[in-house]
Order: sequence, then C-alpha cells, then structure tokens
Amino acid sequence: MIISEPKSRADLDRSLEGAGRIFLVGCGACATACRSGGEEQVFETQEWLLETGRQVTGSVVIDEACHIPRAGRDLRLHRSGVEEADALLVLACGAGVQSISASTDKRVVGGLNSLFLGNIRRIGSYEEKCLLCGDCILNETAGICPVTTCGKGLLNGPCGGMEEGRCEVDREQDCAWHLIYERLRRQNRQGVFGRLVPPKQWSRRRKPGRHRLGKDRDGDVAPR
Amino acid sequence: MSRLADSLRTGDFVVTAEVAPPKGADPGRELDLAAAQTGVTAINVTDNQGANMRMSGMALAGLMVRRGVEPVLQLTCRDRNRIALQSDLLGAAALGVENLLLLSGDHARFGDHPDARPVFDLDSVQLLQAVRQLNAGSDMAGRPLSSAPRFFTGAAVAPATRPLELVYQKVVKKAEAGARFFQSQAVFDSDAVADFMTLVRPLGVPVILGVLLLKSASMARFLNRCIPGVRVPERLVELLDRAADPLAEGVAIARDMVGVAREHCQGVHLMLLGREDLMRQILF
Repeated sequence: MIISEPKSRADLDRSLEGAGRIFLVGCGACATACRSGGEEQVFETQEWLLETGRQVTGSVVIDEACHIPRAGRDLRLHRSGVEEADALLVLACGAGVQSISASTDKRVVGGLNSLFLGNIRRIGSYEEKCLLCGDCILNETAGICPVTTCGKGLLNGPCGGMEEGRCEVDREQDCAWHLIYERLRRQNRQGVFGRLVPPKQWSRRRKPGRHRLGKDRDGDVAPR
Repeated sequence: MSRLADSLRTGDFVVTAEVAPPKGADPGRELDLAAAQTGVTAINVTDNQGANMRMSGMALAGLMVRRGVEPVLQLTCRDRNRIALQSDLLGAAALGVENLLLLSGDHARFGDHPDARPVFDLDSVQLLQAVRQLNAGSDMAGRPLSSAPRFFTGAAVAPATRPLELVYQKVVKKAEAGARFFQSQAVFDSDAVADFMTLVRPLGVPVILGVLLLKSASMARFLNRCIPGVRVPERLVELLDRAADPLAEGVAIARDMVGVAREHCQGVHLMLLGREDLMRQILF
C-alpha cells in the first residue's frame, strides 16, 4: 500500500491561493486505509475549506485514484461540479493526483505527501520494506530487503557502523544485515554471503516508468 | 610499486598516519603537516570524514605526491555514483596516487549537510572490484581504458565490532574482491585483536591496526557514545579519569596497542589528532 500523510493546512492554503471554488477528490484505496484521503477526510477537508471562506462545488471518492480510466470516468460523472471549480483538491497519493491531472485541464492541487510503499503493522503504523528497485535479491537475503532496510542500501554485508546488531543511522533500528545473517543461519543457508553481489542494475527501475505485464526485461515473454 | 605495497610485501612493520583536507581552499597547513611526518610509510587522506564537507581528498593527495609524501587516498561510496567514482579514480592515478582505501562511508545524516542525498550506488566490496577492473584495463561497463591505472587497494575492518562472525563475512568478501591490505578502526582491546587476527590471518591479507590517541576520559566516553565500531573498555576510561596527566596516560595506552600490533599485525595506523609530535614516543 502507498502510505500518505496530509499536507499541513498552511501548505494547502498557500497552494490553493486564488482558488475560491474547490472540487474535492478522495481515494477509496490506500488513502482511505491511511486515513488521509477517505470519505472522512474529504468531509473534514470540506469543513475546513468552508471555514476559509471557499466554496465546495462537489466531491467524489474514486475507488482507486491511480486507475487512470476510472479516475477519468468518475470525473466525467461529476462534470458540472468539476467545471464550476477553480481547482481540484486531490486527497490521494502522487499517482492518484496524476491520474486526475491527466483527466482535466483544471488546476489540480495535491493534498497529501506520498511517503512510501508500506507494510501495515496496524492502521497508523507502517513500515517501509520494499523500495520497488526492480532488481530483487530477497531470495538470497532470507526475505529481508537490504536495499530498503539497510541505512545505506548495501548489497554485500553490513557497513562499519553496525554495532551489536544495530544500525549506524538509527540505533533504535536493527541492522538489516544482522537480521539477514541471523535468519540465513537459522535456515542453515549461506545465501547472499556466498557470492559477491554485483552493483545494482538501477536501469531496471525504469524512469520514466511504464510497464506491461507478461514481458520480461529482455523483451522475452515471461512464463505465467 | 608504492612504498606501502613494497613494505607490506617484504613483511616490514609499516606505520601509516592520517591527514584531513582543510575546510577551505588553501591546503598549505595540511601539506606542511604531512611533509613533517617523517618515519611513516604513507599518510591517509580522508574523504569528507564523518560526512563533513571538506576539500577533495584527491586534490590534497595529488599535492602530497608532488611534495614527495606518499598518500593513501580514502574514497567513499557515499557521495559519488559509479561514473563519478571511476572518473575520480582515473584522475587520482594521473596525479600519481597509488594507494587507495575504499570505504562505504559514514551516512550523510551525521555530517554538516544532513539533508544531502547519500548515494551508495556501490558498496565497498563492489568498489574494490571496480578498481580491480580498472587496474586490468577496463571500466565497469567492460569498455577498454586507453591506459590502465596501477592501484594498490585496501579496505577497512572493525575488529571490535560484534557479532564478529558477521563482520568476518564481509571481510572475506573484501579479500575476494581484491583488498590487498586492511586498515582497522581504532581498537583498545588486545583480546579483540587476537580473536580477529585468528579469524583473518588465513586470508593472507596484511592488517594495519588502528591506534587512536586518547586525550581524556571525556574523549573516550564520546567515542563510546558516538563513533560506531570503536569501543574503549571501561577499565581504560577509569584509568584516564584518575590520571594526573590524561594525555600521558593516553600515550601509554597507545604504546600498548602498538605493542599488540607488533605481536599480531603488520603495521599500525596512527590517529593522533593534531599531536603528531608524540609519534616517536608512541612508536618506540
């Protein structure tokens, strides 16, 4: 899930400068689960907009704001509210904001900061475990990602800053490499310690990103 | 061949020291300091140590070569991607730098530019391999160089860090990746040195032991609190606390560690933090 948090009201106020009529968009997926852009937050934001003397011309919570055709369709269903507005305020992750901005020439203001691809501990408590690097070595690291959870993203073992299994960058955190080492040992495997891992192929993290499932990176059809 | 490579090859006990580039555009003081340190085999030039921005170590190392002082250029993965690292390495070779100490580097958040984007495109193992490839005449992409450098490459080890078995895994990788010598983090515990050397000796890579001059008990406490991989035993902290002359006590501790190095290792890397005048006292 994409973890997001609301921008500050002061930030939003500045971004909405000159826009008196606002159409509000929420997202029914990640932003709802993060309590940053669901029905409830859309309602709260509407209250706040009214307090600041603005008008709200309408609102919609899109099932998955990142779904480009769905976002376009839902906006068309609310055409009048959208057309009356000076700006659309979107409570969704950066992907959601961009589905919306691709569907209208109106000014689009993002209301959230997207933080990371998150694992959920419980609502409100999230952990970043995957960086979407596109060159996964989890199978050799006992299912613990060093690219994400090592402070330096090292691939061949801990840095000199590891101490008693703690991370140099944050002593409250476990050293990813210590966790990897311990878990591999319990599995009686050498894993990533058995070879020199070459430099990461950052080219696999395609930028600009566009991806078609069913084709692997070399253009061959991947087995399904 | 560099003097350091030659000395390590013939089994001499080597002494290395350290100089940090200035935070400014005039390296005069640092060059004088380096040139004044007679009796050392080579002098490490640090690379934005502790993630604090300073003059390029490559520039200072090049100027040291001109003054007849042999540098060990430290190079970290923190600030450069693989293109910049290789490019700087070719530049260093052109300036006459032969010895390298290849490091991951302290995280940027500890330095004076905590908002900087730390790079870590490579890790220290991969950087060692990259240098080996440059030495062999091609870049990391496999493209030929018009002329190859001839670097003598070292890596860092931290003998006092625990768990030691995990540290050892990385040490093995560094040896496999082409580390021809190790320089260690400062160690104050002779047992830790002995244990470490028992593990590492079979790899056949000479170890130069890090010896740091403790100037006071508060400095020792600071190291324990803030410097990863450095552990001053409580016994020594108390000794410094009680000493009438803490600096003299620190010199005595450093002398002891030099003795440990003479017994187990192939050299010492002295970190005297401005008290280079005490070097002879510590060594002999």
